[in-house]
Amino acid sequence: MVVVWINDRLRRIPIWAVYLCGGLYAPYLFWQGATGGLGVEPIRELERALGLFALKLLVAGLAISPARRLAGVNLLRFRRAVGLLAFGYVCVHLLVWLVLDVQSLPLIWADIVKRPYVTIGMAAFVLLIPLAATSNDRSLRRLGPVRWRRLHRLVYPAVLLAGLHYATLVKGLPIQPIAWLAAISFLLMLRLRPFGRPSRV
Amino acid sequence: MAHRWRNDLTHEDVTPRTAWLNRRQIIGGLAGAGLAAMVGPGRAETLEPNSWEEITSYNNFYEFGTGKSDPAENAGALTTRPWTVRIDGMVDRPGDYDFDTIMRKMTMEERIYRFRCVETWSMVVPWNGFELADLLDLAGVQDGARYVAFETLFRPTEMPGQRLPILDWPYVEGLRLDEARHPLTIMATGIYGKPLPNQNGAPLRLVVPWKYGFKSIKSVVRITLTDTQPPTTWNTIGPDEYGFYANVNPNVDHPRWSQATERRIGGGLFSRRKPTLMFNGYEAEVASLYEGMDLKKNY
Repeated sequence: MVVVWINDRLRRIPIWAVYLCGGLYAPYLFWQGATGGLGVEPIRELERALGLFALKLLVAGLAISPARRLAGVNLLRFRRAVGLLAFGYVCVHLLVWLVLDVQSLPLIWADIVKRPYVTIGMAAFVLLIPLAATSNDRSLRRLGPVRWRRLHRLVYPAVLLAGLHYATLVKGLPIQPIAWLAAISFLLMLRLRPFGRPSRV
Repeated sequence: MAHRWRNDLTHEDVTPRTAWLNRRQIIGGLAGAGLAAMVGPGRAETLEPNSWEEITSYNNFYEFGTGKSDPAENAGALTTRPWTVRIDGMVDRPGDYDFDTIMRKMTMEERIYRFRCVETWSMVVPWNGFELADLLDLAGVQDGARYVAFETLFRPTEMPGQRLPILDWPYVEGLRLDEARHPLTIMATGIYGKPLPNQNGAPLRLVVPWKYGFKSIKSVVRITLTDTQPPTTWNTIGPDEYGFYANVNPNVDHPRWSQATERRIGGGLFSRRKPTLMFNGYEAEVASLYEGMDLKKNY
């Protein structure tokens, strides 16, 4: 009963509202950073907040199909918005790193090649590019649902790499990145056959 | 025997007088946010000390949490009186030294030092404190001693971060005796003439300006003279990332990031990085301590 009620409510939320609410967080963060709301080192805070929000959106996207399969809650129609928002935040995160943080092309290149956590993060970004590029009805039609779905399984390694990127950039081993990595592993495990993935693909 | 070192960073010769006066006004709460914003951008190029607000709101003090603002939020509960420092090991007069007694016997000085974190941010801090060498002399260092080990307070009831196994508590650090006796090495007890806030390591902390910030151990309760190199917390956790020496060195990268540049705190959203100086700018004073040593190996 509750699930039916929830699904009924969810149906009434327009997709554009998800884009709007999700999209507003970035300008809000910039405004906070420019007016002192992010503390005395706003560049790093901004970079972290954008990256973490992107990770949260990616994990949320990963939770949508298990939520329907295991709890009956249907969020499927929001999945494209969540995924595209995640990609958008990854891009802004990257731009803040390039333009505000490192500020030098040779240094950026050196970081990508030499620093494993940057390499891992960039790999996740690269994996997400074809997914964002094909997140539209035309691409879905052109590729056909089988090939499209197969391509979009790239999100699994991408999210895992994103979680690793977070866990390997921190000093020491704080709890937060490890918790996120555990959540990602759990959501990926649900995709394995022994956990009852239906044979629809 | 204080005043072994003459500071080359003083308010008058590194800061345009107007900027200094402006900042004073900010500290006094007389200026609005607009003035703070005007003073901000120019700071990266001069060696103006960071503001009280900056120095006391952006801290690494994992005993109070791993976030930069956690210490300022959680350190209020720490009681710093009474406070004793146990000085033991290879000393003539081992014992528990009361903080207020130490303060009466030491010569207080102001030292405006660059402060460079291993995470590549930096500040300029006007410390108040005394030379560590004077404190060591109070206890009388014995002939065979070669190293000094330091220990932070362990009190999980007041230090919530210690209830989690983030680090192997208590935090410990160490210096070679000649580093510890160097006139640049101080025990700080204040900032801007005020007592050290808890989040900055009250009531007394080490400051070794040519080393990465994690060497400058906070809220010290024990100082031990030994003849063997003591374990140090970050070195124990990541020996390939954090060395015992941890001298600021733009030519030796941290395995996960470059140490060639740094960002001064307080420059806002568009502050530019600047090159990091060898030994954090104290090369003339301390390079001789490491003569003949391979600094790439002894990082």
